[in-house]
Parts: sequence; C-alpha cells; structure tokens
Amino acid sequence: MLPYSRRVEKRKERMADRGKKKSGLLPPGGHFLQGNEACAEGAIAAGCLFYAGYPITPSSEIMERMSVRLRDVGGVFIQMEDEIASISAMLGASWSGAKAMTATSGPGFSLMQEAVGYAAFTETPCVIIDVQRAGPCTGQATRVGSGDIMQAKWGSHGDYQALAFSPWSVQEMYDFTLRAFNHAERFRNPALVLADEAIGHLRESIRVPDKVEVWNRKKVKGEAIFDTDEEDGVPSMPAFGEGLQLSVTGSTHDGWGVRKSDAPEVHAKLVKRINEKILKARKRIVETESYFLDDAEAAVIAYGFTARSSLYAVKALRKEGRKIGLLRLKTLWPFPGEEIQEVGKKVQKFIIPEMNLGQVAGEVKKVFCGDVFSYSQTNGEVIGPEEIIVFVRRIGS
Amino acid sequence: MSRAMEKYLRPGLKGTPFCPGCGHGILMNALLRAIDSLKMDMEKMVFVSGIGCAAWIPSPHFKADTLHTLHGRAIAFATGVKLFKPDLTVVVVSGDGDLSSIGGNHLIHAARRNIDLKVICADNMVYGMTGGQVASTTPKGAKTSTTGQGNPYRPFDLCKLARAAGATYVARYSVTQPMALINSLKKVLRHVGFSFLDVLSPCPTQFGRRNRQARPEDMIQELIRQCIRKEEAEQLSEEELEGKILTGEF
Repeated sequence: MLPYSRRVEKRKERMADRGKKKSGLLPPGGHFLQGNEACAEGAIAAGCLFYAGYPITPSSEIMERMSVRLRDVGGVFIQMEDEIASISAMLGASWSGAKAMTATSGPGFSLMQEAVGYAAFTETPCVIIDVQRAGPCTGQATRVGSGDIMQAKWGSHGDYQALAFSPWSVQEMYDFTLRAFNHAERFRNPALVLADEAIGHLRESIRVPDKVEVWNRKKVKGEAIFDTDEEDGVPSMPAFGEGLQLSVTGSTHDGWGVRKSDAPEVHAKLVKRINEKILKARKRIVETESYFLDDAEAAVIAYGFTARSSLYAVKALRKEGRKIGLLRLKTLWPFPGEEIQEVGKKVQKFIIPEMNLGQVAGEVKKVFCGDVFSYSQTNGEVIGPEEIIVFVRRIGS
Repeated sequence: MSRAMEKYLRPGLKGTPFCPGCGHGILMNALLRAIDSLKMDMEKMVFVSGIGCAAWIPSPHFKADTLHTLHGRAIAFATGVKLFKPDLTVVVVSGDGDLSSIGGNHLIHAARRNIDLKVICADNMVYGMTGGQVASTTPKGAKTSTTGQGNPYRPFDLCKLARAAGATYVARYSVTQPMALINSLKKVLRHVGFSFLDVLSPCPTQFGRRNRQARPEDMIQELIRQCIRKEEAEQLSEEELEGKILTGEF
C-alpha cells in the first residue's frame, strides 16, 4: 500500500482530470455496436462519471463496458454487493455532484424500488437502465420480455412520476440513454430506459453525431434546494462539499431539507410539486412516431423491439390493401395518452402487441373508448411480424 | 447539549429530539467535541445516516452536509459520496438495527473494501423508534415488545463482526465512558480506512422499562456495572465475564 501522503496526491490527480478527458469519447461517425454497449457509450457522451452496479443477465455488458470506459474519462466505477447498494451508492454520488447511472434487469429493478422513491422524493437526478427479461421472478433470465412497464410507474410506494424511454434500436440505446441523463438533470427526477433483452443484445450500426446536446443540473447559490418559485418547479441542486451545509432527507422536508414529518401542508405541497414538475413538461418529454396513419382505419401501437415487427407487419398488411398504420411509443412514462387520443379520433380500433399480458393496452383503454385488441406473448420469444399479421387478419381490419 | 458545541449545530434547532434518559445526546456531544478538538472543517464533512433514533443525531442538526437515507442503506449511500468526492470526510452515524440487521450486508462489504468511511453505531440494543422490538444486538434473555418471554437468540458481537470483515479500526465504548469515547472518536476521525465504533447507549423508554431498568439512572448504573475494559477482562475467568461487555479497541 502507498503511504498516505502519496495516496492523497494520487487522489487529487484523479480528481483534477475528472470528466476532462474528452479523448475518451467515442469518435463521431459510424460504429457497429451491441445495444448494451451503445447504452454505455450514450452515458459517457452525456457526461456520466459514476456507475454502481451488480451483475444481472441480460444487462451485464453495460456494467462491463462502463468499468472500462469510465477509466478512460476519469470517472468512478464500483461493483456493489447488491442492487440496493448499487442504487444507493449512485444516489450518494449524485449528491456529491456526479451524473450517475446503474443498469439492471427485472429482479434487480424490483430490489431497487424503495430507492427509486427516495430519488423521486429527494429529487436526485439519476439514470436507471432496465434491460427487461421474461418474468415474473427469476423467470427466463436470458429471454426477452417487457413486463416491467407498470412496475416502472408504480413500483415504489406513494405518488411520484416516472420518466421512461423505450428504445427500438441500438441507435436509440445510445440516443435515449443520453436523453435520459438530460431529462434526469433537467427535471431532477430518476429517468429510466426500459430496454428489452432483444435490443440489449442486438448488434447493428449506429451513427454517433458530431455534437450532442448535454444538460447539467441547475445550481444557483443561496436558493432553496427543495422548493422554487420558478414555473418549471425544478429547484437548484448544489453538491456536497461546497460549503452550503445541505440537508437531504427521505422524510417529508421543507425547502431547505429540514424534516417536517408531521406538517400536513408541507407534505401535500411537496408531493404536488414533484409530480407536477413532470406532468407540466409532458409535451416536452413524450415522444411518439407515426407510420401510415393519415388514412388509417386501424392502428397498431407498439414499443421496444415489438415495434420493429409491427412496422414490418403494417407494411405487409398495407400491401394487402388494409388501411392500417403504426403509432410507435418512444417514451412510455409519462404515458402518451393525449397522443393516442389524437390518433383515436381517426381510427376505429387499436391493436397492441406486447411481450406482457397487456400492460400498455390497459393504459390505452383508459384514454380510448373504441376497440382495443391486445395481443400478448409471454413465452420469452420476440413477437414476429407473422404473428401480428395473422392476428390483424383474424380480427379483420 | 453543551453551549460550547452550539456552533456546530444548524441555527434555529432547539434541543435534541431524544427521549429523557437516551444516551444519543451524549454521543452527539462527544462526536462534536472530538471534531472540535481536532479542529476539523465541518464544510468538508458529510454525515450520512439511515433510519431510526440514531439517524437523527446528525440529521438535520449538524451544521454540515447531512444525508438522511433509507433504512439500512446509509453505508451504501456513503460509499457513493466518498468515492466521487474522496477529499470529503464521510461519517456514518446510525443505529444498531440499521447498520447490523437490515444493513448488515453493506456493513461487511464496506469493511471488506476498507473504504475510508467512519462508521459510528449508536447501539441501544433494541429498535427504539418503532416501539422496542428485538434487534440483532439484543442480549439473550432480554424482554422486548416482540420477545415477551425473553430473547431466545444470541446477539451479534458487532466489533468481532466488523473486525472479521476487514475493518481497520474497531472499538467499543459506552456513553458512560465519555472521555474514552471522545478519544476513540478522535481516532476514528483521523483513521484512514474503514473504521467502526460501537457506542453503547441506554434506551430506558423502550429497553429499560421492560428489563427492570425503567429510570434513566438505572440503565446508566447497569451499563457502568457491565462495561469492562478489554485489558481487565484478560485477568478474569469465564464465569466472572458472564454478562460483561468488553470495551476498548479491538
């Protein structure tokens, strides 16, 4: 072991070049990557400097790549003892000033839920990647599923808002991870990328742009850290060690973080603000993509890998003369209800293929009074175009 | 809390939130006195705590960065804080239930990694905040709100546990030994590496009243009777050591 003075020096050296090694970024242009690798690269491009994780199939490649890539940019990597410790360390690092991330799959995401609520309630920016596998429970660890959609929204107790992306390509693993960091920093909320095993392990070409938009958390000296008069409802967030004597607690707190666990009005105000800051910005957060919807009489709603099969199926069904389109959900939370209602004014029915028992279909039924046909497949296999084509022919459209 | 230490407290906070006879106020005072005598800069310190009475020792009272986390996760949060800003002194103050029961896994792994965290365990041998249920540190035979017939199981020896897991400074003192406690706290704060200090603190409200020590002074007297220096213990036979608690550095 090095003597203490030398260790302090080394530590200072490491601190000095933290986040400054720009050479560590992936050069712009074409790359051939796996989805999980692209996710790690998106995080590095966003300025992620802290990763804490625990191995779990099918997300482990993200952690393996981050362990190498964070070294290149002078960040910190640690493999913790479990997923609860991983998310906890990530939140601690976020209050130290880091852009921080963890990645997991269903079982690990279940363990993290209490801390997801902590992140939402203490408004701690962080990014969680959930590469979904076939659940429930241990299920099929190496097989695909997308059963964590409702968990992402309702997993932790109490009222809070989730921010969740659903990538359908390796390119979007890169783009959405980057955007998840931006949303997390901008809204001071946990942001999720709900990928699935098929996208995580898919290999395809991606293009790294010359310039990416990167957001950093707002930091105004002297302002309250858990309350604001600003219209966006997002307070300033300084870091530990800046001499501001921050008080952070998961109990109900006032604007300065002082515990007020028995004041009804403080609790009501806080819960209202942390929810409204996301809902007010939903138009800026929600992203959807339309295919062949102009003259459509029926529409497929799909997300994640299933949207790829759906697009192929819709194109094939069009050739048969059926007036069908596709609405692809790029974000799942806040739920794109208004966007679906808009399409619902033109079409009579929605067809929703999912690798779960109709989690998004249930949400669509809340906002659309017409026919909603849910096509579920929970066998650990991706839904192919043929299945969707046969299903659409059977219900007739 | 003595007035001399008031400069280390956030303005506007009155008194401690602890029950009459609780030892946590003494630990709070001792910790601030140790910081004061080492002339440490509170601006470069972060106090991390979990859930429970002991977690309220630093949060929100101390005039430093305080992070009041989830039940059991204080050490994991502190690991993240420390790794990203290694120049900060990160002190974890939490209870025995929080650190050794629900958070036991984080305790042994942080000790294994020898991360530079200062872990101070305010050990009242019971779950105080939730109504006095049995803890992993409750002595065998002790009555609690969930062991009316007496605790059937053996308690953890937290110092042995921390030592075996790889902590590089391990000690136990009682709040009835204030000077030795302050000295040990100073060593903890100066130590580089994972340090663990088990501080015995009386809880007459939840522990004492079910174990014939209802008055605060009964508990203090009992602790004084039980606590024995490690060096003294070496001279004693096994029978004489029955019911004694070893204090000192391990």
